[in-house]
Amino acid sequence: MRFVFKTSYAQDIQLFRDRMDAFWYVLLAAAVALLPVVMSEYYVGETTWVFIYAICGVSLMVLVGYTGLISLGHAAFLGIGAYAHAFFIKHGVPWVAAVALAVVITTACGIIVGLPALRMSGIYLAIATLAFATIIQEVFSRWESVTHGFAGMPVEKPVIFGVSFAHDTAFYYLCLFFLVVSLWLTRNLLRAPTGRAWVAIRDSEIAAQSMGVNIAIYKSMAFAYSAALMGLAGALFAHKIAYLAPDIFTILLSIQLLLLVIVGGLGSLHGAVFGAIFVALLPPVIAILRDSIPATLSSVAGATGLSLFGAIGEGVGAFLRKPGVEAGIFGLILVLVILLEPLGMYGRWMKIRVYFSTFPMYKRATFKRQKTYMRSERLR
Amino acid sequence: MTLNGLAVGCIYGLVALGFVLIYKATELVNFAQGDLLMLGAFVAYMAVVWWGLDYWVGFAIAVVVIAVFGALLDATVLRRVIGQPQFAVVMLTIGLGAMFRTFASVTWGSEIYTLPTPFSGVWTVGGVTLSHQYLSIVAGTLVLCGALYGFFTHTRIGVAMQATSQNQLAAYYMGIPVKLIFSLIWAISAGVATVAGILLAPVTLIDINMGLAVALKAFAAAVLGGFGSIPGALVGGIIIGLIELYAGATLPEGFKDTAPYIVLLLMLAVRPQGLFGTLGRKKV
Repeated sequence: MRFVFKTSYAQDIQLFRDRMDAFWYVLLAAAVALLPVVMSEYYVGETTWVFIYAICGVSLMVLVGYTGLISLGHAAFLGIGAYAHAFFIKHGVPWVAAVALAVVITTACGIIVGLPALRMSGIYLAIATLAFATIIQEVFSRWESVTHGFAGMPVEKPVIFGVSFAHDTAFYYLCLFFLVVSLWLTRNLLRAPTGRAWVAIRDSEIAAQSMGVNIAIYKSMAFAYSAALMGLAGALFAHKIAYLAPDIFTILLSIQLLLLVIVGGLGSLHGAVFGAIFVALLPPVIAILRDSIPATLSSVAGATGLSLFGAIGEGVGAFLRKPGVEAGIFGLILVLVILLEPLGMYGRWMKIRVYFSTFPMYKRATFKRQKTYMRSERLR
Repeated sequence: MTLNGLAVGCIYGLVALGFVLIYKATELVNFAQGDLLMLGAFVAYMAVVWWGLDYWVGFAIAVVVIAVFGALLDATVLRRVIGQPQFAVVMLTIGLGAMFRTFASVTWGSEIYTLPTPFSGVWTVGGVTLSHQYLSIVAGTLVLCGALYGFFTHTRIGVAMQATSQNQLAAYYMGIPVKLIFSLIWAISAGVATVAGILLAPVTLIDINMGLAVALKAFAAAVLGGFGSIPGALVGGIIIGLIELYAGATLPEGFKDTAPYIVLLLMLAVRPQGLFGTLGRKKV
């Protein structure tokens, strides 16, 4: 196990813990940058989804994981960003300016939603954002001069300063660039006083207030920043999906985004990325399993002469082919994560790391959760 | 027409009542309430149409089955998350709801079913047509609320439930089996959802997504009435039902679904604790 000898307070907030840490991140960046060389086009496209979802995850992580505010309406911000960007692109605004305008508009919407949210907490906030998202979705389908309603709105391929990003690999690097920028910006905010104020609000609003944190300002900031990132993600999302329709940005998408941050691990930026990998890659994995499980088991049945395996394979395949099973699998994973590993994939990753770095001396009790009986949120 | 709004409002009120019962007692917010409603309607359909039982027998079977299911759900899953942040619980119940919907679509298929009911006629009173379907919803809500009121005020278990939801620890010291009470409250809440589902079945027909839309509106109703107030839930439900109906009839297209939420947002901005809610300030 390595110990970092700290000689100044500035060491607590530096970007990387030590040189070793920085080295690993650089290695990771290089690996991700080289991925399109070795991957087929299909997987490059799927990995681009991971990046876009990761930006959404970072956005929601700031709000839910760090500031402790619930939002059941983040798909609406994504939609506002996507539609605004597509609208400006269509009217001949340059790409960079269109993204900037989309971000500004979503930020403004975030502040508008955030203001009444200052007086609410917990479940009231959840329902207020849900109401907002429902109204926005209706706006998407009715405001036909801008959004084209249910007829849908095609989005052109991005062209930045005359350079076309139409090819999947080019778009991959574009999304990767924006993901790295948003991770870097967010990490910087989080290690600055702003981030510490957010965490303080999450842990105890009253304690934060007593320490001189202006709750109203920091909550609005969290909402605005989260919405801004969502607007950026929305612009990329619009290009990736290529055809916008109001029924993309439903409550189910909001829930999927929340699932992302929970499965990834609340309160860590790593979690946002892990969760994005999970959410973006689970549907293709299910699709692959759907065909490979019956095939594998039937070959096993052929080899061993036991028809039972073949029957099981057929059954699993048929089950996975039924409509709506994917949502159920997501639900099951969500339930299991909340019950068994509330810190999500990042928590598990931390435990594995600690296990190996303290190898023979690992104790389960290190991560034992405190037993909680009841915590009242009525008097807040 | 007001009767239709009133009837739909009563359904929202009943589902909201289920939210509030659970919230008052355990501080958990059950987003799967709408899916319990859906499951209840499906069980009733199965009993009445597939097994050919009498409507009322099917009704009773569905209520009992879903109530037991609700109690088991509390005992096995939800008891473990008490004391965790509210957010985790919300997500947990959303996940459960998704699982129920998948279960229903695998078991019963994704077709739309019609539950035959004994309420099909109409009464004409003074030139106004009153359909039995809607009257049955209003009557059912009234009967159920009366029964619940009587239960909570006049029986030992009901009073114990009230005590538990006011102060868990004190109730435990008084010898009330708090865990059992929680499971019972879940059972009652699931039963109420089932009744709502069966009453609603002739109006919206039965499919796997019937619960979701109702639950979202009911949730708005519960917040409108002040989360944690039982009369508030019913009043909120009826208000939402009426707003929805009149907005659909008088305002331009598109307002039918959004008007309740617009009212809700205004309400939250003006009076965040809802109509009947009380707001406390934490003292340190």
